[in-house]
This record gives sequence, C-alpha cells and structure tokens, in this order.
Amino acid sequence: MNDALYDQAIIAEARSKTGAGRLEHPTVTAECDNPLCGDRITVALGVEDGRIVDLAHKTRGCLLTQAAASLLARHAKDADPAKARELRDAIEAFLKGGEDERFAILTPVRNAKSRWDCVTLPFQALADAITDLERRA
Amino acid sequence: MRSIRQDFPAFDRLERPLHFLDNAATSQICRPALEALLGFETEDRSNVKRGVYARAERASAAFDDARKSAAAFLNAARPEEVVFTSGATLGLNTAAHILEHRLEPGDVILVSLLEHHSNLVPWQLAAERRGASMRAIPVTDDGRLDLDRLDELAKGVKIVAVTHASNVTGAVTDVQRLRAFCDATGALLVLDGAQRAAHGPLDVQALGCDLYAFSGHKCFGPTGIGVLWGRYDLLDSAPPFLGGGEMIRRVNIERSTYAPPPHRYEAGTPPIGGAIALGAALRWAMAQDWTALEEQERELAGRMLDGLAAMPGCRVYGSTGTQARIGVVSFELEDVHAHDVCQLMDSDHGVMMRGGHHCAQPLMERFDTVATARASLAPYNDAADVAALLDGLLAVRRKLA
Ligand SMILES: Cc1ncc(COP(=O)(O)O)c(C=O)c1O
Repeated sequence: MNDALYDQAIIAEARSKTGAGRLEHPTVTAECDNPLCGDRITVALGVEDGRIVDLAHKTRGCLLTQAAASLLARHAKDADPAKARELRDAIEAFLKGGEDERFAILTPVRNAKSRWDCVTLPFQALADAITDLERRA
Repeated sequence: MRSIRQDFPAFDRLERPLHFLDNAATSQICRPALEALLGFETEDRSNVKRGVYARAERASAAFDDARKSAAAFLNAARPEEVVFTSGATLGLNTAAHILEHRLEPGDVILVSLLEHHSNLVPWQLAAERRGASMRAIPVTDDGRLDLDRLDELAKGVKIVAVTHASNVTGAVTDVQRLRAFCDATGALLVLDGAQRAAHGPLDVQALGCDLYAFSGHKCFGPTGIGVLWGRYDLLDSAPPFLGGGEMIRRVNIERSTYAPPPHRYEAGTPPIGGAIALGAALRWAMAQDWTALEEQERELAGRMLDGLAAMPGCRVYGSTGTQARIGVVSFELEDVHAHDVCQLMDSDHGVMMRGGHHCAQPLMERFDTVATARASLAPYNDAADVAALLDGLLAVRRKLA
C-alpha cells in the first residue's frame, strides 16, 4: 500500500524541483519546520499588483515534502495571494478524501497519515508568508 | 536449540518475517512480562497498600517483589532506592527536581551533545529556576563523549547528567572517567540509562553514579513504567515532586509531612500491573547469558557496520567499530531522506526502523545533519534481519537515489 507512495509520478514531481531556488529581492519570506523530523522549508514570494509574480522555495525534506513544494510552486505562481493561501486548506481537504485535480498525484499519501505533515509543510509556509504580507499592508 | 524468540510473543504467529530493528525506541515485550501483567489484571487486580483482603495482599506483595527485582537488576543497596516512574522521562525530571535545590546562581549543570531531549530539557528547566547555567561535553567525530575536554569544563559544575549509552551513535559512556571527575569536583553524577538498560543487568554501586533512570518499554517490559534509582540519602534529601496519595505521612489543611523514599516520589496509585510486569522482565533479563548475547549483538552490529561501509553513498554517524558500543547504528544514504528510507524499508522489505532526529537535535547539529536512519538490535534479532536491512537499503538506493 505504502509502496505507491513512491510511485513514479511523485518521484518525478519531487525531482522536477519546480520553484526550487531563491529570490534576489523577495517581498516576503516564511520558514516552516516539521518538528517530527526537523525538516524545513523556506518560501519566498515576489508580489506585485496583488499577484504572486515570483516564488522560490528552499526545501530540506523528504521526497514527499519536495513533491509538495513543487506542486505548490506550480499552483501558487501567478495567483492572487489570498487565493494562494487557500491552497493550505485545499491540500488538507484533499488528504482527507476530497477531490482536487491539482493534487491527484498525492493520492497515495491519503493512506499514510503519519506523512500528512510532510505534504502540508510547504503549504503552511506559503500561508504564513501571505499572512505576514497582509499584516504588513 | 531453543531460540530466544520463543520468549517473545511478537514472534508467535507471523504471516511474514518480523524484521524489527527499532528496538532503541521500544523493544518487544517478553513473555514473562506479558504473563505477569495478565496475571495481575485477572487474578490479583486491586489497589496496593490499602486493601486488607487477600486479593489486595497478593497485589501488594507482587508490587513489592517488583521493586526488589528492580533493585537486584541494578544491584541497588536496598529496594527503597527504587522509585517507580512512568519512564525515563519522568525519572529524569524527578532527578532534576531532587537535585535542583542544591544549585546556587552561577552553578553549572554539565550535560553533553549526545543527550536525548529527555536528559536535557529537565535540566534546562532546573537551571532556569535556580539561576544556574548549562554546559555541554563535546562529541568526537566518531560520536563519543570527548572526555579529554573534561578538565577545561570543570568550573562551577555541581551536577553531571549524561547518557550511559547513546540512542543515536550507540556509544557507551566511560563512566569511570566521569566518576573520577565528580570525585575531583564534588559534582553529583546522573546517568540516563534508557538505552543501556536493555543490554543486561547493571551495577549502580560499581558505576558510582548518584541517580540512574530507565524505561520499561525499552527493556522488554510494558509501556508506562520505568525506574529512577537513587542513593537513599539523596532521595531522602529533597521534598516531594508531585503531591497526592501514597506519598504522605500526615495531612493537615495547612501542610503535610511526607513519606520516606521511595513513596515520597510515587504520588497516587502507581501503575501496579506495569511495575509487576517490569519486575518479571527484569528477572527474565537477569536469567539470560549476557556474555553470549553481547557476543551475538557485536557480531550482528559488525555485519551491519561492514555492510553499510561497503554501500556507496552511505555515511555512518558514530564509531564504525564494535567496541564500547551497543547495537544502535545511525546512517544516511546520500540523496535519500531518512523518512523515505524507513517508509520503503517497511513497505517493500518488511524492515522496521526509525528515521528522524531521534530527540537529539544538538547532536544532529553537531553532525551537520537533520535526520538519520537508525537500526537498533535486541537479543531476538538475527542474521536474517541484518541481511534484510542491507539488501533492502541497496534496493531503496536503486529506487530513489
Ligand atoms: C537515551 C534516551 N533517554 C531518554 C529516553 C526517553 O525515554 P522515555 O520516552 O521512555 O521516557 C530515550 C527514549 O526515547 C532515550 O533513548
């Protein structure tokens, strides 16, 4: 059952490292830790005219966290920040069984509850960054 | 030949091999402990020290016997030196409580970079309450306490609290040198025996420590029970930690007088079944041939270490030798996260092990890493377990690296 956790789609998404890197002049950054394993992700956003024009993440984590970070980059870039923040709740709803095309490759994670935090970590960092941004505005 | 596995119910009815290599976290319960637990809960279950009927008398007697067994396992001077706790964590918190009133502002508690958070945070809290400070014995590149540095760390040290064996590198501490240091400085010596206690009976008098803590669930007993051993005069030198029943002599509304040790530190109804079962587990341990078991563990650890050394892109944290260590081995596969390793080792290869920081974040930092994979041995492990581990790791590497 868990074997499917490491199917080719997830491995490929992790390896794609979509959005991995750093921004020269981020508008806002947020860092999030997974206390269970010490994994850490930093998400940096470049926001202009109410749109996320740039996104980079630095991810120190397992394959699942890396795959989730890549998905995050795909779906948050070019989005309106408030909309992007909703991804945090969307990923959780998906893990609990809700349909969501955007996260389809993560379906095997539904059966591995001990790894849910690995997948939500990048989305939590994004949500934290956006909350910080709004607080400043 | 009779296999030691027959003493472990976990191996009774297996549909596929059980390659359990997470013994440093929790070991399997031995049959005498499980039977003692069942026996108490069905035949004798009642509270201790309060009932006058025969069932309660039996429960109290079994509970007292458990304390005697723990005292024998530790070679304690008397059973009253054995305090039942919920585990090593409560034991170490109680130890910090017992010693903290000796601290003056500016005094130092000496710990080490090898410590489990359970032997770190209680001392930090005590230091904070007393205006004392923390200092740490550094760790060598091969994961041992760097005791050559002791002298330069000595100033102001009142308490030394270190692990007897590391839950990450498996290094066994040279207690003799720490004892000499404490003799020279007058510091008190506390040992975290959570890992060491799973490797056979102890002699706290020969070790020369002042307090010693361990957990039942790591040494083939049930969860929820552990032991804090202390020299009687030390146990008798501090006020209670928690208040409640069992720990008092006389109670008035304004104040109470306290029972002598060990009851002073055992407020409330104790985990009676757990203590009785732990006693049985410790008696089982005392009946084993630990010379042979150590030899077996050394041989298996050697295979594991050799196999890991031969694996491309594998880094072992800690000594790669088999001396002065227990069979706890931490490592990392290049480009594969420890949690991914452990998940696949279970799902594809039926090998249970642990990945993470092992509640030893200062040590992870020392090694400049975040999470390691860890395989840890118990007497019921065999060559097939080590082969499954090494074969599995090669397959995981092929799949993910
Ligand atoms: C070295 C060490 N100390 C303390 C502990 C804490 O033990 P427990 O969680 O049983 O209280 C552990 C176990 O995790 C350990 O390995």
